[in-house]
Parts: sequence; C-alpha cells; structure tokens
Amino acid sequence: MALKLADYKTDVHNDWCPGCGDFGIVNAIQMALAEMGIERDKAAMFSGIGCSGKTSHYINTYGIHTLHGRVLTFAQGAKIANPELTVVAVGGDGDGLGIGAGHFVAAGRRNVDMTYIIFDNGVYGLTKGQASPTLKLGEKTKSLPSPNTNSNVNPIGLAVASGFTFVARGYSYDVRHLKDLIIQAVNHKGLSFLDVLQPCPTYNDLNTRDWYAGADLVDEAQKRHSRIYKLEEQGYEPVVHYDSEIEVNEKMSQALIKSLEWGTKIPIGVFYKNALVSPYTQRVKDKIPNYLENPPAKQNISKNGHPNTDISKILDSLEV
Amino acid sequence: MSSTDFTWLIGGPQGSGVESAANIFSKVCAEMGYQVFGKREFYSNIKGEHSYFTVRVADKKINSNVNDVNLMASFDAETIFRHYDELVSGGGIIYDSDLEEIKTDAVHTLDAPFKERLHKELESKNKPFTIAGVLEIAKEKGVNLFPVSFKAILETLSEETDNPRLRGLVRMYNVIGVSLSLGLVKMPPDSLQKTIESIFSKKPEIAKINQETANYSYNYATAKFENFNHTLPGTEKEQQTILVQGFQGTALGKMACGCRFQPYYPITPASDESVFLESNEIIEVVDDRPGSIAVVQTEDEISAMGMTIGGALTGTRSATCTSGPGFALMTEMLGWAGMNEVPVVITNYQRSGPSTGLPTRHGQDDLLFAVFAGHGDFPKIVYASGDIEESFYDTGNCFNYAEIFQVPLIHLMDKFHASSVITCKRFDPQKISINRGKLLEKIDGDYRRFEFTDDGISPRSRLGLDNGIFWNTGDESDESGHITEDPVLRVKMMDKRMSRLDLILKEIPDDEKVKSFGVEEYTIISWGSTKGPILDALEMLKKEGISIGFIQLKLLHPFPSDYVNSLLKNAKTIIDIEANHSGQLGKLFKQNTEHDIDYFILKYSGRAMTSTEVYDSLKKIIENKANKREVLMHGA
Repeated sequence: MALKLADYKTDVHNDWCPGCGDFGIVNAIQMALAEMGIERDKAAMFSGIGCSGKTSHYINTYGIHTLHGRVLTFAQGAKIANPELTVVAVGGDGDGLGIGAGHFVAAGRRNVDMTYIIFDNGVYGLTKGQASPTLKLGEKTKSLPSPNTNSNVNPIGLAVASGFTFVARGYSYDVRHLKDLIIQAVNHKGLSFLDVLQPCPTYNDLNTRDWYAGADLVDEAQKRHSRIYKLEEQGYEPVVHYDSEIEVNEKMSQALIKSLEWGTKIPIGVFYKNALVSPYTQRVKDKIPNYLENPPAKQNISKNGHPNTDISKILDSLEV
Repeated sequence: MSSTDFTWLIGGPQGSGVESAANIFSKVCAEMGYQVFGKREFYSNIKGEHSYFTVRVADKKINSNVNDVNLMASFDAETIFRHYDELVSGGGIIYDSDLEEIKTDAVHTLDAPFKERLHKELESKNKPFTIAGVLEIAKEKGVNLFPVSFKAILETLSEETDNPRLRGLVRMYNVIGVSLSLGLVKMPPDSLQKTIESIFSKKPEIAKINQETANYSYNYATAKFENFNHTLPGTEKEQQTILVQGFQGTALGKMACGCRFQPYYPITPASDESVFLESNEIIEVVDDRPGSIAVVQTEDEISAMGMTIGGALTGTRSATCTSGPGFALMTEMLGWAGMNEVPVVITNYQRSGPSTGLPTRHGQDDLLFAVFAGHGDFPKIVYASGDIEESFYDTGNCFNYAEIFQVPLIHLMDKFHASSVITCKRFDPQKISINRGKLLEKIDGDYRRFEFTDDGISPRSRLGLDNGIFWNTGDESDESGHITEDPVLRVKMMDKRMSRLDLILKEIPDDEKVKSFGVEEYTIISWGSTKGPILDALEMLKKEGISIGFIQLKLLHPFPSDYVNSLLKNAKTIIDIEANHSGQLGKLFKQNTEHDIDYFILKYSGRAMTSTEVYDSLKKIIENKANKREVLMHGA
C-alpha cells in the first residue's frame, strides 16, 4: 500500500513557537519522503540539539536525536555501517556551523551519500536568542545586550569549499520549493547540503517573515519586492557536467560568488551540484569489493554461538 | 641443564631500525624455541631521539622484563650513555669502537637532567665524560666489552661482495648489531638467515643485502670474540606458539568476535590497532562470502565516537580505539550511549597523563576517569585485560557484555601492552562465544525500544529493520524513545537503566570479574598490565619459599564488591600495585570493599614495571622495611 503524507507524521506534540519557520521544514521533509515513497523503516532522521533537534521526533521513521554539533558523526556512522539506509541529518545553524563546524568540513571531504539540512535562523532559540554563526557583524537581534561582535559564516560557501557535492538553499515559507529541493538532495549520490532560511519569530526580529517578503522594500506603487528569488528562474546553471578542472572551478566559483548575495536579493535553489565525485560508499567499495552487498550491518558474525570469522591466515603468519 | 633467562637490549636513534633489529632478534629466538618478552621505549619524535628495545628470552614462560641486561647492542653513543649501567657482571656491550672518544656534550639528544645525573656519576668515579669513561665503569663491574668498527665491517663487506653501495650504508648498522649479538650467543645461524628472508620476503634485493651483512657480522663475532658466557643454542619449541605484538591481541579479538566497524582518530599508542584492522579489512568467513571491517579515520575522537554509536545503532558490532586524551573527548557521547542503551566498545590504550603527559610512555592513568566518565548517572562497564593473550579473549567478552547489557563498555589496555612483543599460545577463536543479547532479527507488531521488562533490558531493534522503528534522544525519554520530562516516568527510566549495574554483577561469572592467583596473608590487588611483572615477581619469591597472594581485577565497574570481599576474607595485608600516582584502584577498592590498602607499589615514571622492581618492593614489605607508598623508578 502506498504511503501517505500522514504516515510520516508522529503523534508527538509539537512544541515549537507559533509561527516558527521549522514547521515548514518538517512538513517539506515529510512531503518529500511521501512523494519519494521511501519506506519508513528504511529511513533514518538524525537531529542535533536545539529547537530543530526535535524534528526527528515529529517524523515517523527511525529518529535519532543526538548531541549538540555532532549529528553528522552519528549519521555518517550509521550510513557507512548500513549503506541501504536513507539518511537525513538536521540541525540548527549554531549546531552545524558553530560547535559542529569541524564535522561539517570533514563531512564534505568524505561525501557520504546522505543529506544535511541546516535550519538557519541567526539565533540560538532554545537558550533565549544569543547570536548564532550566521548572524552578521553588528546586527542586534532583540535579546542581544549589544550588537553582534562576530562576523557571520557563509554556509553555502563553506559547504562548497568543504567538498559537499550538492549545495542548495531553501526558504521555510516556500514549502513546495523546499520539498523539491529535499527530493533532489536525497536523490543526489553524495553528500547534499540544504541551508534553509527559517525565521525565528521569537528571537530574530531582523530576519523576519516580513523582512524576507520585502515588507520594507515597497515601491512607489506600494508593491512589495520579496528579497527571496529562485536561482533556476534566473537561468543559473549549477551542475558540473564533465570532470574537468576548468568546469569544476567555474561552477564552484560561480556558487561562491552567488553565495555572497544578501540584502535586498537573496537567492534560493541549487547553487552547486557535482555528481561526478565518488560517494564515500563507493570509495569503501573500491577497497572492499562486496561492501555494498554485504555491508557491516548485514554480516552474520557467528555460527553455533562462536565466531564464523576465519583469522587462521593471520595467525599462521604470527606462528613461529 | 641450567635454565635460560637472558635479556638483550638494542638502542639507537629513532628511525635507525631499532625496532626491525628487535623484531629479527625476537623472531629468531622464538623460532629457536624460546619464550620472548620484548618491550619498546621511544620518544614522541619521528627521527633522532633515543629509542630502545629490551627483549627477554627464556626457556620458560615469562611475563615481564627484568632490570638486568645481559647483552647490549649499540651502534650510537647515546645508547651507551643511557644504558651502560643496566648491564650485569658477566654481561656484554657490543659497541662501535669509532665512538670511544665521543663526549657527552657531543650527543645533542642527551637531555640536561639526564646529563647532569650522568656527569655526577662519572665525576664520583673519576671518569671522563666520554664513552670510554662509561665503558670503564662497566668494565670494572665485570661487563665484557666487544668493540667493533661498524664502518670497517661495511667497508670490508663492500669489497668482499663487490657492492660499493654497502660502503657507508649506515642503515645496515641495526642488522650488524643484531647479527653480532646472535653470533656472540652462538644462536644457530640458519634461523637468522631464515628470519631475514621472511621479513623481507617481498623485497628479495634488500633481503640479499641484509642476509650478506648478517652473515658476515655473525661470523665476525664468532671469530673475533670468545668466552661470552651466555649462549642461546635453542630449545625445544612448543607447538602452536605465536609471536604477537600488543595491539594485535585486541585487533584480532575484534575481527574474530565480529566487530565490523571501527572509526578512530590517530593517537599514540592506540592507532596501531586501527591501522592493523584496516590492513586486514577484508575478513575471511567460514563457509561464506568474505566479510569486512570498515575502518574510518575520522576528523577527531568526538566524531570517532559518534560514528561508532551510529554504526552500533545499525546492529553492527562497533568499536573505537583511543588513548586518554581521545577518550576525554568522547565522554559526552559516552553518556548519550548510556542513555540510549547502545552497545559500543571503546578500547583505551592508556598512556601517561595528565593532558598530553608523556605521550609515548606507559601509565595506567585512566581507571578512575573511565569509571566516572560522563555527566549524570548511567550504566557502563569498565573492563581491563592483564596481558596480550588475555586481551584477545577479553575482547570477545567485552562485545558480549556490551550487547547483553546494552551499555557502552570501556576496555582498558595500555602502552605497556601496546608496545610489547610476546610469545604465547596461538589464539583460538572458537574459545570466544558470541552472545548478542536481545538484538532482534525480526519484529512483528508493536515495538517500543525502551519497553519496561522484568530484567530491565528491552529487546533491541536496529536501524533499517522492518517494523522496528524507534527514537533515540539524549533527553529523558518514554518507552518509544520520545522526549519526556514527566517526573514519574523519569524515575522509572533512571531505575530501569541503572538496575543494569546489579544485573551485570549478577550475570558475569566470577572468574571473568576477578582472576585470583591465590590469596595469602599478604595479598596483592592489581589490574591491567601489571599482571606480568607481578606474576614473575611472585614466582621469584616462591623460589625463596615466600607465598604472596594476588587477585587481578578485570571488571572494575560496576565493582564486584561481594566477590572481592569474599576472596580477601583471610588476607591480612593488602598491597595495591599499579602504574599511576594516586593508586586509583586503591581508591575504588576502598570505596567498594570492607578493606583498606596497607601498601602501595606505584610507578608513574612513564616506564613499565619490571618484575625485579616488584620483587624488591614486595621483599621490603615482607621484611617490614617498606614505606606505605613505594614508588618505582627503573628504566631509561
């Protein structure tokens, strides 16, 4: 029986603030899973700590709510041990780009075939609104005692530079577009990254839903001009088509330049996609030929309660 | 026939082949039927600093090094300066005669505190601060000197074999050193040739050059030097003996018992284990297609631990291997694993702390840290192996315990284990049993991962299993794994998890908790790698008619109080022996039993205990001459 959207929802009470951008993201994930028809027990959602960390409890698949900054480590371990799983990791921008930034960069180098979604709202919500790594220098959200003294990290640029092979940005109030991005990300063979702009209605009074919608950018005819625009509608071409240094450099540079766009025009959509880089599972397979058919999680390790492993050749080499 | 108990030492700058020479020596001795116990000491350095290897060989089972050295092979000045005083009367020093006039000040790797001590000694004996000076002291003590010009050997050999490359090929010095040694002790030469051939089997050119050098040096020693009163003619070889390095015990144990995933971050002295596993990543399986172990080098130890947990969640037997500093980084995740009842094994090859400490030196520094690691109360197991052979079988047990009780387990090993080379009986994988506890293969109907059960352990699903969906969280959770802050449920869940500690004590057999080597009026308690030196020291005392008891604690958390109390009923004087400053086992022991510690024998110089030291201290205790705290210092 085909799975419906409702099948991917749990009955756990959702305690995010009314109007929270996170709702759009969790809906988009559920819609994407339903549209792809991914079996619930073949998918695992991993989450970090913070408001976004609760996401895994709201989705009716395997759900692993991990530790602050460490979600990628758990998720990669599970995927490498059982490459048949569809693995999606989620977390906040503080989680992934502050405390977890080292893992973020290292994950890019590994290119494990899974998806990482950052709920990007510029603040630490659950600890009452401190500045997060994506808040810009000098900005003062409402619970900051003084303007932000740190510069911001550029999530798209960092992902491209770190080696993520699918890098995109979504907006939590454009759920359908976000759902499509998630489907593309999950289908991508390699590590995909989605930076999702997600207004925090409680603590971020700068980057609000109205701000994204351009409420302050009315023209003479009193018409709003949304800051958000879609790359694909501007003819932006993110895909690396052939494996040459020139092509890769060009597409990477283009993505980096695009990632710097902010202010009155904020692009969403796919910034960079390179399916020509081998995913980590393939790299393991190159060393261990039957890894994909017989991965660690599928191996039988015993016979009649004793090891079925044969280490006699190694022992022979040690024997004197 | 007099029994053989012979200690050979080789030293030289790091990178000069000291380890290869020691491997050749150990292998030759083992091939010729001797039992071997070797240990490597080295600086945290790639090239140039002093490293040395002590190999003890005997015709009976030996478990440790001793203080006395019978023969030293040196090819640099530093080795002589650092070790000349370890030679016993009747022993011998093979040294490069071209070095005799070298002054201490010319050896830049001699550090100031050592030089100061050496100068004081030389001054007191009225000797010059040169190689000749220290050799005179050795000679006066009755040590035989065997001067050899290594340069001349290479020159002659180069001419004889018509191989100009050999002239000045200083990297052959190690082979010259070991071959001269084997010639001196009249080890049958075939075994040397055979061993070199097998070590360089993939590089016949190099094998040839080494064999020629070995042959020449061996004959040089037999022709030039006579009357060295130690010989190693060979003895009857025990069947099924292996020559094994420390880290191979746990590595082979992991392979055998089905560990199929090991993320790790490089750290001394733990990385060798992971590198060995990766070198053997394709695993042969009886009557089935090959299996494999996925070894992943991560970006840090936090990631290693996170990945290990992720792997374990898929039902894969997963482990990581680290040392103290790395384990420190893993502790937040250790709590997560405890909270979520995830069986993971952390092999901790301890080294000297605190902080970076002595990164390449020995210490049993992490016992209390392991027992108390992590914030909050959660169940875990801390288990320690006493020797390499034991560690193979213990590794199998560790994975069983972790899975049966669904807890993280810390398997304590240490640097002494890691850099020892021993002969022991060939490991028998069939002596390992595999028990995966309540791991499910199939689920029908409702499933709740943390369901309350009579024994406090819930059936365990795994990521990807049909109908087995569960949630995990580091927050307190309900039976499904969803977050709860309900006070009643919180208490029930805490009680469920923590009840496991009692269950562990109930279910693990007593002889897997504690190994008793007999309890006497004086009884030693100890844990981990001190086992070898203690057993050998007890053997020495037994020969004098002195019996001292020894119980080796293996399960250190939860602490087997009842069993230890019952064992020690008749012990009057308890002696705690361990390689750390504070007597960490002593503290645990005091906290968990009805006894107090009467004497501590401690060593925290970064060097492993020798049986000589343990013997001397025990003797002092028996003779009532010991301090409450005896601190051991032997070793360069």
